[in-house]
Amino acid sequence: MAEAATIDQNKEAQLWKGGKSPFGSSYGKIMMWYFLISDTFTFAALLIAYGALRFAQVESWPMPSHVFDSVPGLIDHGAPLVFVSFMTFTLILSSVTMVRAVQEGFQMNKWGVVKWLIPTIIGGLIFLGSQYLEWSHLIHNGMTMTSPWSSSSGDFVSTVNFGQLFFTITGFHGLHVTFGVILNSWLLIETLKGRFDRVGHYEMVEKVGLYWHFVDLVWVFVFLCFYLL
Amino acid sequence: MADIATDVHAHVDHHHDDHHDHHHKETFLTKYIFSQDHKMISKQFLITGMFWAVIGALLSVIFRMQLGWPEETFPILETFLGKWAEGGRLSNDFYYALVTMHGTILVFFVLTAGLSGTFANLLIPLQVGARDMASPFMNLLSYWFFFAASLVMFASLFIQTGPASGGWTAYPPLNGIRDLAINNGSGLGLDLWIGSMALFIVSTLLGGLNYVATIINMRTKGMTMWKLPLTIWALLFTAVLGILSFPALLAAVSMMEFDRLLGSSFFLSEIIINGQLLDHKGGSPILFQHLFWFLGHPEVYIIILPAFGIVSEVLSVHSRKPIFGYRAMVLSIMAIVVISFLVWAHHMFVTGMNPLVGSIFVLFTLIIAVPSAIKVFNWISTLWRGNLRLNPPMLFAIGFVSMFISGGLTGIFLGNSAIDIQLHDTYFVVAHFHIVMGVAAFFGMFAGIYHWFPKMYGRLMNNTLGYIHFFVTLIGSYMIFFPMHFMTGLPRRYYTHSNFTTFDNFGGLNEFISIMAMVVFLAQLIFIFNFLYSIFNGYKLKKGEENPWGATTLEWTTPVERLHGNWPGDIPAVHRWPYDYEVNGEPFIMQTTPLKEGEVEH
Repeated sequence: MAEAATIDQNKEAQLWKGGKSPFGSSYGKIMMWYFLISDTFTFAALLIAYGALRFAQVESWPMPSHVFDSVPGLIDHGAPLVFVSFMTFTLILSSVTMVRAVQEGFQMNKWGVVKWLIPTIIGGLIFLGSQYLEWSHLIHNGMTMTSPWSSSSGDFVSTVNFGQLFFTITGFHGLHVTFGVILNSWLLIETLKGRFDRVGHYEMVEKVGLYWHFVDLVWVFVFLCFYLL
Repeated sequence: MADIATDVHAHVDHHHDDHHDHHHKETFLTKYIFSQDHKMISKQFLITGMFWAVIGALLSVIFRMQLGWPEETFPILETFLGKWAEGGRLSNDFYYALVTMHGTILVFFVLTAGLSGTFANLLIPLQVGARDMASPFMNLLSYWFFFAASLVMFASLFIQTGPASGGWTAYPPLNGIRDLAINNGSGLGLDLWIGSMALFIVSTLLGGLNYVATIINMRTKGMTMWKLPLTIWALLFTAVLGILSFPALLAAVSMMEFDRLLGSSFFLSEIIINGQLLDHKGGSPILFQHLFWFLGHPEVYIIILPAFGIVSEVLSVHSRKPIFGYRAMVLSIMAIVVISFLVWAHHMFVTGMNPLVGSIFVLFTLIIAVPSAIKVFNWISTLWRGNLRLNPPMLFAIGFVSMFISGGLTGIFLGNSAIDIQLHDTYFVVAHFHIVMGVAAFFGMFAGIYHWFPKMYGRLMNNTLGYIHFFVTLIGSYMIFFPMHFMTGLPRRYYTHSNFTTFDNFGGLNEFISIMAMVVFLAQLIFIFNFLYSIFNGYKLKKGEENPWGATTLEWTTPVERLHGNWPGDIPAVHRWPYDYEVNGEPFIMQTTPLKEGEVEH
């Protein structure tokens, strides 16, 4: 019975294909790629809004190295971009560990996947925690959705749009990281329960991996726009 | 996520074989409500869309009463609308709410979800030869997100302050401030509007990803891209447009809701209300228009492309001729899709944009007429010397071509910024877009419903009622919108023009248009009656009558009764293109028929 079903399925499998997939990948990955393209457009729209509003008021746009010059809890001033470099480094590192998890998935190595997913999740959590610290530091110093950033001496007051764009765009990115951490944790649980071994492939790890790298890549642009330029 | 169902089967080759599992007994709930069968989901989209179409059209009848007889009172309006029509005269606040909701409902809920939701779900798996969508579960979610969006939008019609009333385009600053002093609808009504649109965008995204993945990856053996019916090509590009353009709207309405609730100023700057300067500073309302129309313009192609596909198919089947210029049809859709992303600012010629920038958008707008014209000429050439069967689907398809030409020609006027600046916000524009994307898309939808009704319900619709529906709708729609071209200078969005003596001579014309709008509305009720009646009492297709139109595509090879998995046995393989009519001395050859010896592939 079971054997007959297998044969039937194999016969069916031959009939499934309508020629080759133009991109040579499974439908799940194609969906993920199209979703990422769509998400790119959402971020692009936000960053275009950033560009339009920023270049309409160049004089009142603050210097990033003046705004982001503290390490929350340790250094109050005079450490420009140190903390964000740490955040960026953590996020990129978590992408590296994700690559390793995907690689172990290709080899059907359950414990390898588990081993590399854990640091990926931790990296994501550290990033989110750091973002929390940075946000609360900035809010504590007076920058919110309605009030502008001003220098400690008080002789420079930025446009309110700076803070609004900063919180909206990094917040939207943080939401993506949060969702990625949830997905990775779900992957970890399912891997431990042996689901992907039963299914016979670890493609889900690869798909979430695509998402995770995308979130990382978006951060590079966000980082560029708010911290470097 | 896409694999949740697939994972149940231990199967290395993750093709989609989880949905021909006939062992499962379907309960009422899984069969009719939370169904994962694409055919049932398509019916859900269609019936929800029809519900919305009636609401949307009814709203237009109410505001046409105001426009036709601005000084009259209609006690019946007070009975139904209460405080919005005190003494039987529509309040100006609610007039704008009606217009706003009419636009929103018809553009998004009927002609986006109702049209491409219905036909993408019905046709994609059946015409490419798949058991179901790539992810039936995501497909189910897509419908239920749409349903949730519908509930929120429907609820907003009944709240105390009334629904959103700042126009379907929701331009700030009018819509950017949450203050009832501006208009009633800018309170909770607009919050619900934005929430509903967010749910709607999720629904479009989930559906679109599924459509694209299914078309690209789930085609049956032999079904190469160049053997796809034009419906599938059109639906593929519709999905791509949705995936790429709706994100801009999501970003825009999110920022606007922040402006409204959190007091940010993305789209607001230095606004005075009742002599008081608001805190908002630095934002740009024009920025919102750019983001909105980056969705808004591709959106009109999201509406019209499925109709393109349906009409190409219906015209070819019912004129018993191959479609003229198959590849040109596909390439022109591609061209339209690409150019549609480069024309959005032609909605904004009067925003004071740099004339040089304007001229670039004029150029692209006029270029888009080229692929559109190619399509029109190909449809006409398909009809040329065909053996026409003038049944309701065919009539609606021909009516579509007529409407698309009439509305397309005025598009050439409006695409030129020099003329557009004169015509902006007049009834000329109203006539243009209602004919070219409203009525035309509806005609495409009707053609599709009459044509594929036998596939959906295993019965035929009543022809006589179909003819009445067609002729009243065709003539009536022209009667409504054609005169609007000649109401030169009459501004749209005015609650009443009786204070302007210049426009007095349009009084009679406005009355006429309003009467015609009611007639056309009643004709749609005939259609709805026909639809519902035929589901239960139409001529029932017998065994052997699976293919009532003599069409060549795969969906007509499935049995009449609904089957989760579509084909009882193996999925048929495909050997030829979908438009082999009157070749080799045969009336039509199914796509599943192998090529004859010596016959070359098309």
